[in-house]
Amino acid sequence: MSLRTERPVEEQQEQLQEQQVVRKDRSYRRKGSGDFSKPTLAGLIGRYVLLTVVLLLVIGPFVWQLSTSFKGPADDLYTFPPNLIPTDPTIENYIKVTDLIPVYTYAWHSLLVAVGAMISNVVLSLFGGYALACMKFKGKFIALGILVSTMLLPGEVTITANLLTINSLGLANTLWGVFLPGAIAAMNVLLIATACRMIPTDVLDAATVDGATTWQRIRHIVWPNVRGMASVVAIFTFIGQWDDYLWPLMVLTDPNNYTLTVGMAYLNGNFSPDPRMIAAGTMVALVPIILLFSVMQRFFFSGVQEGAVKG
Amino acid sequence: MKSHRWYTPWLLLAPPVIWVLVFSLWPFINTVVLSFTDARPLRPVNPVGFAHYERLLTDEQFHYALITCLIYVVVCVPLLTIVPLLLALLVEKNIPGIALFRTTYYFPVIASVVVVALIWGWLFDSRGIINQALEWMGVVDQPVAFLIDRWWLLATAILLTVWKGLGYYMVVYLAALGNVGKELHEAAMLDGAGTVRRFISVTIPSVRGAMLLISVLVAVSAMRVFTELDILSNGTGGPGGYDMSIVMLIRQVGSGLNGNLGYAAAISVALFLLTLVPLVAIAQLNREKKAKVPA
Repeated sequence: MSLRTERPVEEQQEQLQEQQVVRKDRSYRRKGSGDFSKPTLAGLIGRYVLLTVVLLLVIGPFVWQLSTSFKGPADDLYTFPPNLIPTDPTIENYIKVTDLIPVYTYAWHSLLVAVGAMISNVVLSLFGGYALACMKFKGKFIALGILVSTMLLPGEVTITANLLTINSLGLANTLWGVFLPGAIAAMNVLLIATACRMIPTDVLDAATVDGATTWQRIRHIVWPNVRGMASVVAIFTFIGQWDDYLWPLMVLTDPNNYTLTVGMAYLNGNFSPDPRMIAAGTMVALVPIILLFSVMQRFFFSGVQEGAVKG
Repeated sequence: MKSHRWYTPWLLLAPPVIWVLVFSLWPFINTVVLSFTDARPLRPVNPVGFAHYERLLTDEQFHYALITCLIYVVVCVPLLTIVPLLLALLVEKNIPGIALFRTTYYFPVIASVVVVALIWGWLFDSRGIINQALEWMGVVDQPVAFLIDRWWLLATAILLTVWKGLGYYMVVYLAALGNVGKELHEAAMLDGAGTVRRFISVTIPSVRGAMLLISVLVAVSAMRVFTELDILSNGTGGPGGYDMSIVMLIRQVGSGLNGNLGYAAAISVALFLLTLVPLVAIAQLNREKKAKVPA
């Protein structure tokens, strides 16, 4: 008999517990719970262990390189187990590497090309994207057709012929020659056009009725609406140019004009240098990109997903 | 009401259209034309018919480059189609701190291939940390020639490409997984399907489109591999140039004052046709899928 009286109390307690669970919003599922969207506690721990293992595999090489770059001459690079913390820490390597190659000049060259391409891609794709998405004119399909015609053509296929073009323009061995072919990419125009299609036609029409010129419409209506997509274009252009190797390698023949990636390959290939020097050089190439990424990361992920939808 | 002059849209579109014509379409036509000539810098050009294409059939160096690229494709496609999916499932759930993991997994993607290859060159050096570890654990007596032996060099480069690509395709999968309803998983769970069973019967079919897309993207970019092999082999293409990729060969043949532009162009055309193969294959697959659906 006593069982019967106790039972409702237990149920009440269970209900209470369930309410507490909801209130505390536990991130794992307890035995008997029907909330399948949450993992069990063991599953959750296993997940964190796996996440950490992958994390170490991903950042391990970077950390090891960072550590090497701060190791002084008294540090033995070849002991095992390795010293992750330098025993003779120094920033000498970041100065001494300039005896071999002008790393910071190369970084400046890369920055010039990357910032130049970033600005020209944002501005020109804004103009082109607006025309493609919001204006009515004859021959729009011809323009669109030209833009998508070479979308599937890998840049490597035309690289020899492009070099001939750049040489005949007298831009061989110059940063202008590195910059020019990438000054505006068709893909970016299409991305901005996609964003422009989201702007209500009525708004643009109203502006036209009020006497706004094409320039004023782009400046005051289109630009504020497509800024998110423009950031994606800007970041991806910057990274693409900063990281590019094959094209600057083809264009630049004089070590004085190298960009950072070409310069680093030159350092590695021609001086058989101290690993500490290479490590310092790679960090110079890596740090700006990682900083940019950390600040702008939410645009990165939206950008990759836009690109994926585009195919 | 007229909102703009007739030429305004053309002015706005002129830069990208001209750029595509000058830096993509024209060089492509030029490449095809050059491939039928004996063009070299600063010399008169004569047509040679299909001579360069015939040479492709017998040129050993091209065959090695082709083998290198095909191995690259065959190994990279399954690895970069499946591992990023597992990774995406790992970071999919919104558990505390997950944003940090997702962000960090993306680091290798934004780094330059040159930088990553230099880092790997140091890791896999004959006295590098990997060899030190292997010797310390007693797995090997002598350092493994990761960067010197033909096959080890290729394997190291492929591993680098996979490691660097994981984060990118993971994000693509995350987008695809976001569109999959939770109901399917819950229904399968109630029916008693385990983790593996749900992965095969629910997850894979629902991201099939993304998988096909990614496998094509990976195949095309693996065919175009250049930087990894160039940096890891110090520009030599490994012992005897056996590890040269097609793009490395194009650069080697076509550059310099005595570059054989005609032959480099023929190799470029061959590369273009090779990159079309996966695209045609996926188009075919999609058509068959549509044909199966009645009416």
